[in-house]
Amino acid sequence: MKALSAIAVAALVIYPGVVLAASDAPPGAASCSGCHATNAAVESPVPRIHGRNANEIVTAMAAFRTGALPSTVMGRIAKGFTDEEMHPIAAWLAAQK
Amino acid sequence: MTLHPTRRNFLRSSAAIASATLFPLPALAQAAPRVIVVGGGFGGATVARQIKAIDPKFHVTLVESSATFTACPLSNAVIGGLRDLKAQQFGYDKVRAAGVNVVIGTAIGVNTGSRTVRLTDATLPYDRLVLAPGIDIRWDGLPGYNEAASAKMPHAWRAGDQTTLLRSQLEAMEDGGLVVMSAPANPFRCPPGPYERASLIAHYLKTKKPKSKLIVLDAKDQFSKQRLFQNAWKELYPDHLEWVSLSSGGKVTSVDPATNTLTTEFGKHVAKVANVIPPQKAGRIADLAGVTNQTGWVPIDPMTFESRQIPGIHVIGDATIAGAMPKSAFAANSQGKACAAAVAKLLTGAKPPEPKLINTCYSLVAPDYGISVAGVYVPANGMLAEVQGSGGVSPLDAPRDVRVTEATYAEAWFRTITSEVFG
Ligand SMILES: Cc1cc2nc3c(=O)[nH]c(=O)nc-3n(C[C@H](O)[C@H](O)[C@H](O)COP(=O)(O)OP(=O)(O)OC[C@H]3O[C@@H](n4cnc5c(N)ncnc54)[C@H](O)[C@@H]3O)c2cc1C
Repeated sequence: MKALSAIAVAALVIYPGVVLAASDAPPGAASCSGCHATNAAVESPVPRIHGRNANEIVTAMAAFRTGALPSTVMGRIAKGFTDEEMHPIAAWLAAQK
Repeated sequence: MTLHPTRRNFLRSSAAIASATLFPLPALAQAAPRVIVVGGGFGGATVARQIKAIDPKFHVTLVESSATFTACPLSNAVIGGLRDLKAQQFGYDKVRAAGVNVVIGTAIGVNTGSRTVRLTDATLPYDRLVLAPGIDIRWDGLPGYNEAASAKMPHAWRAGDQTTLLRSQLEAMEDGGLVVMSAPANPFRCPPGPYERASLIAHYLKTKKPKSKLIVLDAKDQFSKQRLFQNAWKELYPDHLEWVSLSSGGKVTSVDPATNTLTTEFGKHVAKVANVIPPQKAGRIADLAGVTNQTGWVPIDPMTFESRQIPGIHVIGDATIAGAMPKSAFAANSQGKACAAAVAKLLTGAKPPEPKLINTCYSLVAPDYGISVAGVYVPANGMLAEVQGSGGVSPLDAPRDVRVTEATYAEAWFRTITSEVFG
């Protein structure tokens, strides 16, 4: 976990800018911003997840997967990711502004 | 076959140093890798920005025919009178500001030997080429339907003037008029698109021209989100929308623009307004580059989106044969990100990562009634396959407030993705 977020932070330092670079994003992580806006100016009821605590993200995805946390589409997407896959994704998301 | 040897060696060693220090080397002007992207839609504008964001030293040129992009998602709401076409339009200023060299022009040829792209007035060299040309209409795919016919019987399957034309025909039609739509066989751009459009036209008829009716003639027996659409139609549009499946004689075999007639194996339908959604193929430049196969679409390696037929050319979005992934703007965006990561690695001699992709597509059945399909995809057996147990459509038995929520998500998704791609 520590090492992973260190990599994520390093990536952020190397590639600043509005567009979140997909390079070295763990598989699947770059797709999230299709619905979860990174641009603060976008009006959306969909929660922001970039810059959010990594543990919160992993926990939410696990709860979406089981249905403990009700959702419209997130349950269907969460079922495509294991906890092991979610850890680096969450660390990467947490490291984005 | 791939890069020029000296260039490749240089890139290899610079990559090694870069990864050792974790910082990119100062770019040597003549050696900075050049990427050309053809097509500035959901796939192309994404991949161009992403490659530049991964490493600003890459020279990224985006070639796009039109200075203004008109987005298809939500264009069915324009046709239904719920939205202005202007809300669909985007320019390339922000793409330029992100460091991408945007060239407004049409790519008319690719020389795979010299690795150059030809425009009418220029020839541009590339180390890696990404084609994201979207679709072209198969003008020879439906007897009687050609470019001239589309001025009378619009397809509106590429947004813009065609969208406006169909909208104005619906507006001009007298109450009581018959609207006929034809939907093509698979594969085609946006599998749920014809049925969202049918819904929003039916909504317009029900609220503004209640004596009118829409008939959808389909070349298929099954379609995306079918049960959800059909349940909603029964509830919302029982008198305004009739769907005719392939096995009930829905396949249109020819059209006649002079009389606005659509002919099926079972009979003729004379329409007041006819919306012909014809068979499609990859955008023409894919053909010219030699990356399409006999289907008219582009086989790709799902790890890198590189053409199966020509090395150094990557293809994303609607033009591709992407296995289980549908032809959607969300998919094109997701593929653009995965392709950018692969191209950046390949240009520096590194191994591309294994991608994982997502798709989520909303459809509006009414302004306050949304449904969705989602999926997660990985490379498997040389194709993109859906991850077992993931994905699927909105629940059939969801209460109405869920449909309302999904309608608001549909619009929020559009704002979010267009802001990421063009904003
Ligand atoms: C009615 C309708 C509704 C839809 N709704 C949704 C939806 O709700 N959600 C969703 O996810 N998807 C939706 N889609 C699908 C979506 O529009 C496409 O899947 C998406 O646009 C594909 O992106 P692309 O980059 O492959 O192609 P496009 O976005 O079409 O971009 C291709 C670009 O390439 C340019 N181009 C082509 N050839 C050349 C050349 N030789 N030189 C220069 N430029 C060139 C074109 O001008 C165009 O700008 C809908 C489609 C339709 C028709």
